[in-house]
Amino acid sequence: MKKFFGSLWRKNKDQPAPSNLKEISTAPLLELPNPYFEGKSSKIEPKQFLIGTCQSVGIKRDHNEDSLFTLSVTIGNSTWNSPMGIFIIADGMGGHHHGEIASDIAVRTVAGSIIKKLHPVIANTAKTLDEPLQEIMQESVVEAQNAINKISPGSGTTLTALLCLDQQMTVAHIGDSRAYTLQPGGRITAITRDHSVARRLEELGQISGDDAINHPQRNVLYRSLGISESLEVDIFTESIPNPGYLLICSDGLWGVITDKEIYKIVNAAKSLQTACQELVKAANDAGGPDNISVILVQLTQ
Amino acid sequence: MGSVYRARDLHFTNVTKLVAVKEMLNLSPDASIRKTAINNFEREANILATLAHSGIPRIYDYFTKEDRSYLVLEFISGEDLESIITGTEGFISESQVISWGIELCSVLKYLHDHKPEPIIFRDMKPSNVMITKENHVVLVDFGIAKHFQAGEKGTMIGTEGYSPPEQYRGETSHSADIYSLGATLHHLLTKRDPRMEPPFSFGDRPIESINPTVSPELVEVINISLQYNPSDRFESIDSMQEALIAAARKTGTLGNYEKGPTVVKKGGIKPLWTFQCEDEIRGAPTYYEGNIYVGACDNNLYSLNSADGSFVWKYATDGKIVTKPEAFDGNIFVSSEDERLHSINTRSGKVNWIYYANGRFRSSPRIAEGHVFVGSDDRHLHAINILTGRASWDFEASAPIRSTPYIYMETVLFGAENGEFFSIDFGGNLKWKFKTKQAITSSPTVNEGMVFFGSHDSSFYALDAKGGWVIWRFRMGKGSVVSPCTAENIIFTGSADGVIYAIDTKTSKEVWNFKANHQVSGSPTIHRDSLYCGTANGVLYCIEYRTGRLRWKFETNGAITSAPTVFDDILYFGSTNHILYAIGV
Repeated sequence: MKKFFGSLWRKNKDQPAPSNLKEISTAPLLELPNPYFEGKSSKIEPKQFLIGTCQSVGIKRDHNEDSLFTLSVTIGNSTWNSPMGIFIIADGMGGHHHGEIASDIAVRTVAGSIIKKLHPVIANTAKTLDEPLQEIMQESVVEAQNAINKISPGSGTTLTALLCLDQQMTVAHIGDSRAYTLQPGGRITAITRDHSVARRLEELGQISGDDAINHPQRNVLYRSLGISESLEVDIFTESIPNPGYLLICSDGLWGVITDKEIYKIVNAAKSLQTACQELVKAANDAGGPDNISVILVQLTQ
Repeated sequence: MGSVYRARDLHFTNVTKLVAVKEMLNLSPDASIRKTAINNFEREANILATLAHSGIPRIYDYFTKEDRSYLVLEFISGEDLESIITGTEGFISESQVISWGIELCSVLKYLHDHKPEPIIFRDMKPSNVMITKENHVVLVDFGIAKHFQAGEKGTMIGTEGYSPPEQYRGETSHSADIYSLGATLHHLLTKRDPRMEPPFSFGDRPIESINPTVSPELVEVINISLQYNPSDRFESIDSMQEALIAAARKTGTLGNYEKGPTVVKKGGIKPLWTFQCEDEIRGAPTYYEGNIYVGACDNNLYSLNSADGSFVWKYATDGKIVTKPEAFDGNIFVSSEDERLHSINTRSGKVNWIYYANGRFRSSPRIAEGHVFVGSDDRHLHAINILTGRASWDFEASAPIRSTPYIYMETVLFGAENGEFFSIDFGGNLKWKFKTKQAITSSPTVNEGMVFFGSHDSSFYALDAKGGWVIWRFRMGKGSVVSPCTAENIIFTGSADGVIYAIDTKTSKEVWNFKANHQVSGSPTIHRDSLYCGTANGVLYCIEYRTGRLRWKFETNGAITSAPTVFDDILYFGSTNHILYAIGV
């Protein structure tokens, strides 16, 4: 197990291989003989997205306003297959205005809307999509906006939603939750842009990155899902890091521990699940001022 | 008077090249008058043969046989304005009339600016204007036939109804063309045929009272052009064109019509050298080891010295070459409309092998893994062994393949004329396909795992190159045959709507657009921080690719239908005016 999850990066000289590596006697997962096809020359190894998740209320808050959603499937038939995944985090806002309702509506509506459109592909009744992925994402966010304004007017949420298909991920993002890519060699990159006042000031060169972390308006968003009628969402598509990881989290994580620490914890963890638990623990150890939500994703080799 | 025939040029045995042949009867009983008529005809044919403008048919030949003279000219497929007027229910839209009007001004301006003598068209009327399939105007039937009408009683040059008063007195000047254009536009907007009305009675039929939807700005322009007195009209066709553009801008009829700022005037950019072929150059040139290779519609593949344009050798195929040759390992590979792919030694210009397909080649060859991949009008994608010239496999699509394949991670990506887009593995098996609503002639390109191409259905597509999932589409004003290129996660393309687009590959948002105001027929090339792209009216634009700002433009008097090639800071591109240009950048 350990070798499997770690094998990608252990080759890197910057990251010394653990000394107990040679004591591991188990074979890497993918090299295990498949009991169902033993004796046959063909081996089927459908690609898929592996997932770890973890959530915590934190230390300072008394209830959770974050919501998350994950789905991983392998689509295809006997001749082809493609990995597909949907990963969403929403961070509700407004305390007494039912932030948890807004974030819950957001993830369910977005996920539901995407799944509805991709259903023919998942059920293998169609091999191509008529509607571009970016338009599917855009419409799902519009639906979520309408649902929040109808069911829970006045409340709002962030939304960072990833639709991963084959080697590309299409992202819909609004607010200050984040999606990161982690790649061998200590590279950790936020691919989303916070819609916060502090970040805007930083982008405009008014304050430095360090100032932004401590800025009093760090938590003030200039865009969100819900709250107002207008909706402006960032939609873009990027290659999925391979080898590498995808990390999606609320500001309860990234606002508390540094990118470098995040990378270190993920790289050292034994599995995706323990990585997520350790990330949450690290945020709580550092004071846990806010709700924490983490999704960690890896594409099988 | 005479007839016009649609004819086939039998010099081209393997392809169907259509021409128009105009026959004129020389009926004068007097031998010396007949002789003068023939002389005049030939003199004028010579003048017309020197004209090169996308709005004027090309003259190929002329000859006289007994009492008939013939003019062989470009065959224009399309519909003339007169039949468009009768075939349209209700009124033709103002924006359509304005854009035709602006184009007609351009053609007339070209004629009026002719040196040493200006050419007056004299016969502007709806039936003499052809609208091509691409919705561009072509002026047909130059007044050349007039020489054979001499002697007819009460000679009237020009058509009653469209002609200005002074023409009836036998005077002609550029102002006559302005009046006749005004009369033509009046007819287009009102659908009232001036030949059915008393002469010079346009003032009695105000446009706005017949077709109230026409803006007063446009009415004003047409009224000025229809003034009885030539001195009351626009003083030049140029100022009429400007007035039309201004009217269009004021009313927002042509939101996109803007005259791009000319940074460098014509003549500011001087080619290092030029090379003239015997027919149009439609395919892109290729640089290889000090030489430029370019195919032409005269059937030849030329090898030229890239430094000075001097001729090295030429290789004749039996059909037009409209593709880009590909060089590999001392050999050059070229696909021709003679249905063959030729492998030629770059040093000797001698053939190595010839591969026979069952249809014309309009797709350029692509080389990878010891194979040449090329699509054909025979609906197959051919994989040909580069050493033997034999097919390794072919893949059958259900329509001609004119898009040039792109090789990506052991797959071949290409579009077909029925709108399908394919991914084929190196064994010739279908991996995935995707369908757009109309033909994909555009050649795809891949950037960061996404494949990009345009379609005739007016959309530009980004697909996952591996799985074929459509990621985004970008809507353009019209269809596109342009093959895109990328730099810094921006994809560049153009469309028949006359716009060059820069689109962010990740967000599908437009980074900038550049209005070329004429169909973008050439494909873009990026070199350093500039984008180079040509249009159907023969202008090559140099644009700063990050901002979309025009740096300079260079005018050829043909259409640019391929992508420029850059090597060592020299830009090489061909035009349908038969000329290959080398420009230092």
